[in-house]
Amino acid sequence: MFIPHTEFERQEMLKVIGKDSLESLFSDIPEKYRFPKLDLPPALSEMEALQELTELADANNSCDELICFLGAGAYNHYVPAAVDMLLRCGDFFTAYTPYQPEISQGTLQAIFEFQSLIANLTGMEVSNASHYDGATACAEACISAYHHFRGKRTKILISPALHPHYSDTIHTYLGAIDKIEIADKSENIQIDSPQFLVEQVNENTALVIIQYPDFLGRIMDFTNLGKAVHDAGALLAVAVNPIALGLLKPPSEFGADFVVGEGQPLGIPMSFGGPYLGFFATRNELIRKISGRIVGETIDGKGNRGYVLTLTAREQHIRREKATSNICTNQALMALAATIYMSLLGKSGLRKVAELCYQKAHYAAEQIAKIPGYKVNKDWVFFNEFVVEYPADPKIINDFLLHEGVLGGLDLGDYYPEEKNKVLFAVTEKITRGDIDILTNLLQEVGND
Amino acid sequence: MKTPENLKYGKTDEWVKMDGNIATIGISDYAQDQLSDIVYVEFNKDVDEAVKKDEVLSTIESVKAAGDVISPVSGKVLEVNEGLSDKPELLNDDPYEKGWVCKVEISIPAEYDALMSAKEYESYCAGRH
Amino acid sequence: MTEPTVYELSSPGRIGIRFPETDVPQQKLPEKFLRNELPLPELSELDVVRHFTHLSQLNYSIDQGFYPLGSCTMKYNPRINEITARLPGFLNTHPLQPLETIQGNLAVMYLLQEWLKEITGFHSVSLQPAAGAHGELVGGLIMRAFHKSRKDNKRTKILVPDSAHGTNPATSSMAGFEPVNLPSDKRGNIDLDQLKSLCDETIAGLMLTNPNTLGLFEENVLEVINIVHNAGGLVYGDGANLNALLGITKPGDLGFDILHINLHKTFSTPHGGGGPGSGPVAVTKCLASFLPDPLVGIMEEGTADLPPLYGFIKPEHSIGRVKAFHGHFGVIVRALTYVLMNGAEGLRDVAKYAVLNANYLMVILKKVYTLPYDRTCKHEFVLEGVWDELPDIHALDVAKRLMDYGIHPPTNYFPLIVKEALMIEPTETESKKTLDEFARVMLQIAKEAHENPELLHEAPHNTPVGRLDEVKAARDLVLCCWRPEND
Repeated sequence: MFIPHTEFERQEMLKVIGKDSLESLFSDIPEKYRFPKLDLPPALSEMEALQELTELADANNSCDELICFLGAGAYNHYVPAAVDMLLRCGDFFTAYTPYQPEISQGTLQAIFEFQSLIANLTGMEVSNASHYDGATACAEACISAYHHFRGKRTKILISPALHPHYSDTIHTYLGAIDKIEIADKSENIQIDSPQFLVEQVNENTALVIIQYPDFLGRIMDFTNLGKAVHDAGALLAVAVNPIALGLLKPPSEFGADFVVGEGQPLGIPMSFGGPYLGFFATRNELIRKISGRIVGETIDGKGNRGYVLTLTAREQHIRREKATSNICTNQALMALAATIYMSLLGKSGLRKVAELCYQKAHYAAEQIAKIPGYKVNKDWVFFNEFVVEYPADPKIINDFLLHEGVLGGLDLGDYYPEEKNKVLFAVTEKITRGDIDILTNLLQEVGND
Repeated sequence: MKTPENLKYGKTDEWVKMDGNIATIGISDYAQDQLSDIVYVEFNKDVDEAVKKDEVLSTIESVKAAGDVISPVSGKVLEVNEGLSDKPELLNDDPYEKGWVCKVEISIPAEYDALMSAKEYESYCAGRH
Repeated sequence: MTEPTVYELSSPGRIGIRFPETDVPQQKLPEKFLRNELPLPELSELDVVRHFTHLSQLNYSIDQGFYPLGSCTMKYNPRINEITARLPGFLNTHPLQPLETIQGNLAVMYLLQEWLKEITGFHSVSLQPAAGAHGELVGGLIMRAFHKSRKDNKRTKILVPDSAHGTNPATSSMAGFEPVNLPSDKRGNIDLDQLKSLCDETIAGLMLTNPNTLGLFEENVLEVINIVHNAGGLVYGDGANLNALLGITKPGDLGFDILHINLHKTFSTPHGGGGPGSGPVAVTKCLASFLPDPLVGIMEEGTADLPPLYGFIKPEHSIGRVKAFHGHFGVIVRALTYVLMNGAEGLRDVAKYAVLNANYLMVILKKVYTLPYDRTCKHEFVLEGVWDELPDIHALDVAKRLMDYGIHPPTNYFPLIVKEALMIEPTETESKKTLDEFARVMLQIAKEAHENPELLHEAPHNTPVGRLDEVKAARDLVLCCWRPEND
């Protein structure tokens, strides 16, 4: 399909090589297994392929047709036109990893700017060039902490209110290191997790990891936890929602050593879960302890400013078996999207989006709380996600909503058996007052049955 | 390649200078040349920590490589060269004097005796290419 | 030629994009938690578009020219992939939507799972890993889980060939194993005697890249795999070089137990400047129950009128999740588009022409550059970027001089077993014309090395910046933009 060779060229080239057929180039493949049949459908033209994929896409009900109240780690935010248009530039997306800096200054400077924006957004001093997603960034934080203490501290404390998929990922990654003990069991996800964790920190703790706002959407003050963690000589990692940081105090003010999270809300479409963007920020003293690519500023022979991959001796291609992580790529194109998004929105735009999310979410919570049979906890301080207790099985109620064109919140009972009938709603700046009214009317209607 | 006579050497390119029962340890001129421009030194042992022969005392990073300083002796770490944190280039410029890495109070003198002399180390390096 | 940073372009009060005013009653903000300052830049939309356009112009890319990076498979990234991945029906779906609303997505994933199985000859495929290294980690964890399930606790080591990519030993460590070096022989194959002596009951397995990083097909691959299996170990295939094998042979048929696939190499999805990639993992039947959770499966078979009903399946002894959601769906759509447009014969042609192109260049260049392993190569080959008679010229100098001719250098200094290595992989999407020009330039540079070495030492001359001081970058760490507040 994309092979340019003509018949004539192929023959010329074979002559130069001294072979008489393409097949003869493969005589070192065991004969029994050479040139197997591949049972695949016949090749399609571009037009036909587009047709077939369009049919598959049309078999979905996307959030263009449905009013989306789902969150839990992926959010339906508005992606500005300029972000995608710039990402379509071939010089960005068909470039490779910037190992030859002289001809990769575009990628390198964009990553440098990404690092700066993330560091400033999170209140930390430095950041790396990104991880695969928020979950793997959390796992890498745990591994970095373990190696920071050279294996002398073996306990990792995970908040019960960390996204369950993030905890699962941490378990998978750390499962290979027998010495590590992960403590994340609690009676109940709804407890005040900072206080719960304060009671468990001791001198064997390497890292405590929490989420802000947490999986249930709650904002909590973890100053005391930060203090307790540092008094015990351990490290504190905080997983954040970057949009929330447009409004809320950054975790640096509560004593975070590592700030990690999912950058999808920053100009990256939901795209059924990927590709996304993990970010990882920290303090200057710890930069060598973290994994992942890092870009630094320098000069060339003529004194021109330029950017290069730096601190590369930590990475797999040099350290090999002694590297703390095998990570080889970052998510360069997604980091570029986030950089463009943060630059476009800037100081006032990000604050504006955060405020809109906050306002609309609180209005929605208030209106739902008024419906008989539905409960929303009034004591919880939250950003744009909140928990609603349904009067009946969420499967039934959400099914009804779906048939009326609304995607209800996430059924928490699927993750936490004790949270029966509780549902997690998310509201972004894309949701209008009219959308919220539709939701409340429907909830009222189905609640009556 | 400089190889001072008054020092002894390990197979992994460390040198040792004995003063009573205190061993000063560093990396050889050959090693710093192999690593090229050194940008960072990390100490893997703290002062007063025990160290066994063949354990990692320190990790040295350059732009294209990373190497471990393997302890040629067992004992207790007395001092680490903090100056290397600010000026890692001392390892390249002056590996035998200002670029010392660690001082260890040794517990097993026989380990020092077993190290290579300057001449033995030079032949060893010549055979490596 | 310095482009200012976004902070340097910032002007207080500039707005890049407007959002509507709130349409709900004002709510009280949580005073205690509000941040005081948000140190982000302030730019207009035109500022942003100009800035990033300027940055793009400082990059080299496949769209611009030849990119013969060995082991990276820098083939043309079809534009149609960018259209299909952005179809709104795909793009605007949330990963946690009810299954009945995302049957199209599940069909895409199911189809790619099935076709990757067919192409590579395995029983099951997980599309969850986000990159090749991520897939490798999954492979390592599956090996660990497998041996543990049989209570075989002695297996603590993994054999890693000396030509292996750095991720292989790093992955072994991350998966809780000790990597053991396995030497190659003079023909560039695994040294069979060494392999036999190392294979015992402490070996969990072997990580094998085939063709290897020298671009050579393992001549004794069946015996190598047999030896490891007889010792009770598993064979993990690093699929970075799969481009040479499409339709030529199936790693599953050869006896591999696990294989990771790089969609961003073999299946034409773009490299993006360093990601996102996608690293699906394929396994044999007896390892299928260890794959990451979840896989896509058919819940109800289709009929003449209705498509199948797709859903998620949790493998019985799954190693667990390795990321938050299902995988890099956007990359998966692109790979599926590529397979649809190639079909079986198209994929076989990919491998045939990738190997033709590599051998063509190899035969021409070996006249002037040293070729340490002189046998028919697969999709890539390795030259030495040095001449005995020129001790001051290094592979780095050849690489930098290539940039002056508008060509991206090949992979440098890898694999480690070749001195001053230049690893060249042309890929099948390059024409004879492009290859002839590359050969001409390489021969020219060899001539310059002998007659006018300064041209190489001071290269590159024609790029946005010259050789950068990497020592300074590491010693005087500057990792963030300067801001006025910094002073």
